[in-house]
Amino acid sequence: MEGVDLKLFLLVGAVLFVCGVICMTSKRNGIGVLIGVELVLNAANLNFVAFSRYTPLGLDGQIMALFVIVLAAAEAAVALAIALNFYNNHLTIDVDRADELRG
Amino acid sequence: MNGGQVLFGIFALLTCGGAVAVALTQNVVRMAFWLIVSLGSASGLFFLLNADFVGATQLLIYVGGTVVLLIFGVMLTTSGPLLKIPSSPGELIQSAVVGVLFISMFFFTVWSVDWEHVANTARVHDSTTDTVALQNDTTGRPIGMAFLGVRPDRDLGAAEGQPLSTGYFLPFEIVSMHLLVVLIGAAYLARAKRQITTAESRSEVV
Amino acid sequence: MMTTLAASTLAEFMNGYVSPELALMLAALFHAGVLLLVFAHAALIFIWLERKVSGRIQDRLGPTRCGGRFGWAQGLADGIKLIQKEDLIPRDADAFLFRLAPYLACIASFGGFMVLPFAADWVAVNLDTGLFLLFAILSLEVLGIVLAGYSSGSKWSLFGGMREAAQMVSYEIPLAICGLIPIVAAGTLNLTDVGQMQVGHFGNWFLFHDPFTFFAFFVYFTVATAGCKRAPFDLAEAESELVGGFHTEYSGMRWSYFFMAEYASMLLVSGVATLLFLGGWSTGLPFIDQPIFVDLKSWNPGIGPEGFVLGSYISNLIGMSVFLLKSSFLVFVQIWVRWTFPRLRIDQVMTTCLKYLVPMSCFLFLGATMWPLLMAMGKGQKTTIWPQPLGDRTVQVHEHVLHPINEPKIQIADRGEQTVDFSETPVIAKEAILTEAMHSPSEQGIQP
Repeated sequence: MEGVDLKLFLLVGAVLFVCGVICMTSKRNGIGVLIGVELVLNAANLNFVAFSRYTPLGLDGQIMALFVIVLAAAEAAVALAIALNFYNNHLTIDVDRADELRG
Repeated sequence: MNGGQVLFGIFALLTCGGAVAVALTQNVVRMAFWLIVSLGSASGLFFLLNADFVGATQLLIYVGGTVVLLIFGVMLTTSGPLLKIPSSPGELIQSAVVGVLFISMFFFTVWSVDWEHVANTARVHDSTTDTVALQNDTTGRPIGMAFLGVRPDRDLGAAEGQPLSTGYFLPFEIVSMHLLVVLIGAAYLARAKRQITTAESRSEVV
Repeated sequence: MMTTLAASTLAEFMNGYVSPELALMLAALFHAGVLLLVFAHAALIFIWLERKVSGRIQDRLGPTRCGGRFGWAQGLADGIKLIQKEDLIPRDADAFLFRLAPYLACIASFGGFMVLPFAADWVAVNLDTGLFLLFAILSLEVLGIVLAGYSSGSKWSLFGGMREAAQMVSYEIPLAICGLIPIVAAGTLNLTDVGQMQVGHFGNWFLFHDPFTFFAFFVYFTVATAGCKRAPFDLAEAESELVGGFHTEYSGMRWSYFFMAEYASMLLVSGVATLLFLGGWSTGLPFIDQPIFVDLKSWNPGIGPEGFVLGSYISNLIGMSVFLLKSSFLVFVQIWVRWTFPRLRIDQVMTTCLKYLVPMSCFLFLGATMWPLLMAMGKGQKTTIWPQPLGDRTVQVHEHVLHPINEPKIQIADRGEQTVDFSETPVIAKEAILTEAMHSPSEQGIQP
């Protein structure tokens, strides 16, 4: 693929990351926060794969991306279980309501 | 303007657009939809980067598995009026400021670094064959072998007497056990054991 | 991109007339159009077949008049009727997602045809991870259904969507495991290679490869039926409990898109079953396969443009017909099952999957991986059920294949007298031997 260099991929990754961070900070819905985390992880994945193509990182980048995907799946499963539990106890998943531990 | 650039443009626009829409939408289900758009196009970018195995994994696990789980979670946890939990204006402004700062930092960093130079200095050993596997798109087999602990993509062209490259056998086993443990734990957490009665919870919440 | 695109041959042909970029794009568009035809005709033909078969099973005639004999134009008439209907959107619906959901379902089941080979040379994108990508794309169809159910703003749709989500997430696991069982025997995920391996005698079909693949076929077929949300697993649209399930609120063309997607994915999973278990495009009879798929390939009377081999074309055409016939037979079986068995309850559907199908497919998978070892033991080859630890093997491979310093000549045990001198072997061949050695370590262990 000629004419597209590493920088462009890194910029796409940067946009993904920033959108994910905004999502994580501004959403009050627990699942919205989770979606933000997925975006951030995906940004990291994109960077790994881009580096594996354009630098001598080689296959390692792709393998790291695979590990990230697997761990993201695990993270989503646990976070969802927590969200369901939270919903069972509070009848909402507004994360601002989880303030029982506040001193 | 060649085909690769056009495809990259389309996928990059969809990826970024989807991500921005995720950040701007307040409705959770629409957020999930835009997440599908974003992640699906990101897998298109992976295919453009000759990482077809990673791209397919992204589609299968992220888009087909994780997002379905998320939507399932939305269905279980939202009922009508709770669909939108609007953020307060203060939070929006804060996150916008953080976002703008972050993105300007990233743009500055990405543009100011000479990536060619970084790539050359990051070269671990001077064999020219370590990117052989990435020039074509048959990465499935090398990835599988790397998970078994053998790195033909690195070692085949290496000079004699060089230390062998490490594979990913142990991390692979660890991550698989981790996944198993996590799934059992999630199933244990999610079962409805502490379902409190409606009257109690009303008095608690209201 | 280095991916083998079928379009590249057509693009080469057009190269003289337009610029190469445009040629590739036009050729790709042309092939997408061909696949779209397959997609649309699958719906058209199978809807007619469904009506006919259900009629016969219920002791009726089914459609008889539309289009003359056998009511063959019934699907077409249905389509024309549906186009004319009003496109309703409920007031409570999330209009944006409600409009998009049918397209999402359609795109997912259409996308799968991209990597499905219809004949030895006829595949749109020949990927090394073909089957993996196909399963990945298939798993996206559920998103359209779930979003449709959620955005309709109706409780029936919501229940349909939730059931679909729960069902699909569970059934994907045995589907993928059962798909992997013949892959263990084949050693490649490339569907074209898998198909080519089974040409010849029908004993070559992976269905008859070992007892585990034989049973895996039936498990796969059950799971695939559930994956297409066909009866008796069609809980997402159970009309006796949920009105219409996820498509309760849909009308007209949008409604029909769901059914186009459903029938196309029926053909798709049947095609995968045909490729993985039933020999793909081979007829199963060596005296037919030999002349058609081997001898005819090179027959070139010189008709047509340069580079066009008529024999190869005819061979592929016959192969595609055989492939589509086999797949259509499996679709017929799915229709037959639908009109024969009563629908399960939702808890029964989940029990069937999680308590029976998943353990069964795991057991079959384990058995399929152990089978080569058992066979090797039966033949008296030197092997053990508990082979050498993987680390030892890795070191051995490294020593003997990658760095043959001390022993430049090594032997592949299985091949007896054959001695390979790696100092002169090209890198690619080294990798092939290395790969082979790592794939079936106990059968072909590397011995100094």
